[in-house]
Amino acid sequence: MNNILRLDLHNIAANYGARRVLQQITLTLRQCETLVISGVNGSGKSTLLRLLSGLQQPASGTIHYHYQGTCYTPRQAMHLLGWVAPDLALYRELTGRENLRFFAAVRGLQRNDTQLDELLARVGLAGRGDDRVACYSSGMTHRLRYAYALLHDPPVLLLDEPTVTLDESGVAMVTRVVEMQRTFGITVIATNDVRELCFGDYVLTLDTA
Amino acid sequence: MPFSLPMLFSAAWSVFAKDLLSELRTRYALNAMLLFAASTAVAVSLGAQFLGTRRDDETFLLQSALLWIALLFAALNGLSRSFVQEEETRTALALRLATPPIAVYLGKLLFNLVLLLALDVVTSLLFMIFVRVQVENTGLFISLLAAGSLCLTTATTILAAIIAKASFKSALFAVVAFPLLIPPLIIVIQGTALALAGAPWVDGLLHLRTLLSYAVATFVTSLLLFGFVWEA
Repeated sequence: MNNILRLDLHNIAANYGARRVLQQITLTLRQCETLVISGVNGSGKSTLLRLLSGLQQPASGTIHYHYQGTCYTPRQAMHLLGWVAPDLALYRELTGRENLRFFAAVRGLQRNDTQLDELLARVGLAGRGDDRVACYSSGMTHRLRYAYALLHDPPVLLLDEPTVTLDESGVAMVTRVVEMQRTFGITVIATNDVRELCFGDYVLTLDTA
Repeated sequence: MPFSLPMLFSAAWSVFAKDLLSELRTRYALNAMLLFAASTAVAVSLGAQFLGTRRDDETFLLQSALLWIALLFAALNGLSRSFVQEEETRTALALRLATPPIAVYLGKLLFNLVLLLALDVVTSLLFMIFVRVQVENTGLFISLLAAGSLCLTTATTILAAIIAKASFKSALFAVVAFPLLIPPLIIVIQGTALALAGAPWVDGLLHLRTLLSYAVATFVTSLLLFGFVWEA
């Protein structure tokens, strides 16, 4: 079972202009494992997640996802990845359900309204699917980001500041999502919150030195 | 999971439908384009009333040039919106993670084309009413409007994707688009003047063929470039 899904990082480095924010990161994660990345502001936590999602290219090194016998680079692996981050924005002029319907369609997924409503209920947005995202609070918007990330049941979940702006029930929702992901996939969490360190099987601490 | 061709087209259609729905709700581009087209038609009708009464080759060329200037500037006002808005509202990240670049490009191209064709209809009608432009060869006129709009759309869509990541987007869009749009504009202005004068189809075919060749060339180049632009 542990050979179905694997994430390999080899000697990863990342720069912002002349400044190097990450260097010499080599690790392997396997199915059912969770990695928590912690560190001070500016240490490169979010950057590492962006590298893993393919939104940014490393200055050097390689990242590969191995899934069901096939090797993917992050940019080839978008069907495997679910990404939640504070800077992930959804369409404010559309309703929550319209957003999910759109992202399901562009992913080539068949999702009816019942399934979308179930997903909205799972993230704590039951009954709010017909409201425009512009009318959502910051916590509700963050919950919708989880619905966006979970829409295609991704085997790899990348969570940047997973509980930021969420209330108690939101934190419980995130805990359920991470626990569920632990049963079949890989989770990588970038956080400054010490309460979230317990999510990880491994903790990678970055510093600015 | 590689996207098959039908999945790609389906995703492109979804991008188009989403952009259309967003535009109908926000009217960011539509209002600016229609206002520009209407104010140009009214200004021309008040400032150059002789254009509606004279029927000679120079007048046809002037009417045609004014119509395309109105369309060009209205287009430059609105066609960059779909990409600029994705970057400004930061929704581009969610889109980038969900669907292949080609689907985004095709969806945005179709949206811009539909927007420009709607603008063509409104602007032409306004020119017919306010400037009293008479079209003698309607079929050729419509074909040239469609071919000219296709050229504007293929060229400006890829440019909009490029400038969406820059500062001073509006100014940059016009500056970068202008030299690229000069060749098809010259051809479409001359061709439209022929249609207004009632020239037969055979006289306008060379213009149509040149415009379609330009559109195909910019479309193919855009298809090859867009992936690099979108993921940069």
